[in-house]
Amino acid sequence: MLQIKDVYASVEEKDILKGISLSVNAGEVHAIMGPNGAGKSTLASIIAGKEEFELTKGHITIDGEDITELDAEERAHKGVFLSFQYPVEIPGVSVTNFIKTAINENRKAKGLKDMPASEMLKKIKEKADLLEIDRKFLSRSLNVGFSGGEKKRNEIFQMAMLEPKLAILDETDSGLDIDALKVVANGVNKLKNKDNAVIVITHYQRLLDYIVPDFVHVIMDGKIVKSGTKQLAYELEEKGYDWIKEELV
Amino acid sequence: MSLKEKLQSSYLAFEDHLQADSPLHDVRNKAMKSFETKGFPSKKEEAWKYTSLNALLNKEYSIFPKNDTAIEFKDVKKYFLNDIDTYKVVFIDGVYSSFLSQITHDVIDVCLMSSALNKSKYSSIIETYFNKAANSDSLTCLNTAFAKEGAYIRIAKHKEAQKPIEIINFATGTEAATMLQPRNLIIVEENAHVQIIERHQSLNDNEVLTNSVTEIFLEKRANVDYYKIQNDTQNASLIDSTFIQQQRESICSVHTFSFGGKLTRNNLNFKQLGEHCDSILNGVTMIEDKQHVDHNTLVHHIAENCESHQDYKGIFDDSATGVFNGKVYVEKQAQKLDAFQKNNNILISNKATINAKPQLEIFADDVKCSHGCTIGQLDQEALFYLRSRGIAKKEARALLMYAFANTVLEGVKIPELKGRINKLIANKIGVNLGFDL
Repeated sequence: MLQIKDVYASVEEKDILKGISLSVNAGEVHAIMGPNGAGKSTLASIIAGKEEFELTKGHITIDGEDITELDAEERAHKGVFLSFQYPVEIPGVSVTNFIKTAINENRKAKGLKDMPASEMLKKIKEKADLLEIDRKFLSRSLNVGFSGGEKKRNEIFQMAMLEPKLAILDETDSGLDIDALKVVANGVNKLKNKDNAVIVITHYQRLLDYIVPDFVHVIMDGKIVKSGTKQLAYELEEKGYDWIKEELV
Repeated sequence: MSLKEKLQSSYLAFEDHLQADSPLHDVRNKAMKSFETKGFPSKKEEAWKYTSLNALLNKEYSIFPKNDTAIEFKDVKKYFLNDIDTYKVVFIDGVYSSFLSQITHDVIDVCLMSSALNKSKYSSIIETYFNKAANSDSLTCLNTAFAKEGAYIRIAKHKEAQKPIEIINFATGTEAATMLQPRNLIIVEENAHVQIIERHQSLNDNEVLTNSVTEIFLEKRANVDYYKIQNDTQNASLIDSTFIQQQRESICSVHTFSFGGKLTRNNLNFKQLGEHCDSILNGVTMIEDKQHVDHNTLVHHIAENCESHQDYKGIFDDSATGVFNGKVYVEKQAQKLDAFQKNNNILISNKATINAKPQLEIFADDVKCSHGCTIGQLDQEALFYLRSRGIAKKEARALLMYAFANTVLEGVKIPELKGRINKLIANKIGVNLGFDL
């Protein structure tokens, strides 16, 4: 589904990604781990199409189609979803209105008419229940005054509504207590199927107990330096990242 | 002949028709003298530092335009709030149109300034109220000298206007340049309530300069919601001066939506004369090209235990320029008051300009006064967030602009009007977002 081929990227002329290749197939869960500043979030942003990040070399394809020149919204229309590490607060736009607009804009891009209101309401209710989201929450301004846990839950709610092909969860576990973590992970697992894929970016192995990856990759200094199975995550938890550095030398 | 000279000679001709023994005669003469002495305001005056009238004053305006142009309702229907029933006071080139209007004398008076000024049964009201709230700046004086038509509204004690009142001034642009000077007088008596929508609308691209003055008097516990919709054509300019006097426990809100026109200057003056008054001043300005909108507000706190709230949002694109000059003046005896002023601006283009000047003059020592002013751009991180959810750039920008203006929009208490304003904004940004905030 997703092919990243030898990607180099920079922000403000600083090189961050230095030759990343990754292949993700439908039905798979990939975890990307690594120390701070290794380039994990940059990788997420460059897949989602953030303009400040410049892809200087390489290609990203979704189902064989090169998306490197596409705008963020066009990538979303192709099924890419990024759950933000720091979701943006937008006063004056309610969660419900925001998600309605997003869904209908996606439908418009596909040449479909707006989703009928009754269908929309039903879907919102169903997905809100899945993530144990209070109805009152949906009429609040987007992310304004939300706790860390509420923000992340709201991200996964949007994912549930948009049903992306490829979901990238950027540090979705940060700021979550264990109960919230379980709810979020449970939501992701229920949305997971053989036709979609998930990339989980995290510092800690903890989340991976709940969202079990098929593959684990370690990024250091803008490169994937080691790939393995879930076992690798346990090793990292136990020994930190230094042993990989030593291995590399 | 300069515009000032033309106005002077027009005044002499106009004055000939007036009854010399009318008490108004003196008021007009005095006002005209004051205008003659002061002349049009220039940028040398502090209050006009950022707004120049020069480009407007060199046009050959018709001071008393011909009014033989018929308007068909279907051609102007879109300017009315046509999905609900309203009272309507409509003028075409400064002359009352009975055909387009729907006035009443049943319990409340929604009628004409010309009647109020000329009929003897109104003379004591005119003597009590006319020109009593207005100040003596030169343009207001000019309007007073020429005042002959506009809306006259009086809501009697304990009465409520059952329908909103629309005051619409159409300019047909039959002549190359037209000057209009509507004058409105609104009296809302004790515990009475009214909602008013005011609009100035040109029907073609000829030059129009409107110098409008409105006086609003709120007696004890009166309640007024006033909406100004300014979305005029590219050569239409408006100088709008509104003077409001509030007696105790009255509440007055004025919402100004400035979306178009060549030059718009809003002078909005509140005077709180009794305790426990609340004054609300809201505004959304959204302009582009070379449009200019200047908000000049003054809240004059004279009594104790009062409140005032100002919330002005501005979005400026292309080479548009904006001014916010907001003054809160607190007299020594106006203790225990809560005055709040907020002015937030977004500059969309590099060439857009905003001059913001909040001023607080406080002579009381036990008050809560605050003000905040920001100037920025659309939040790029928020824009990416919306786009990453599949919302196209243009729509994402529109959404952020709506969200920015939301605190003001949600203050609109007539749902149909709110819907209309939402649509005006959507048209302006060029999106088809059925976005209901």
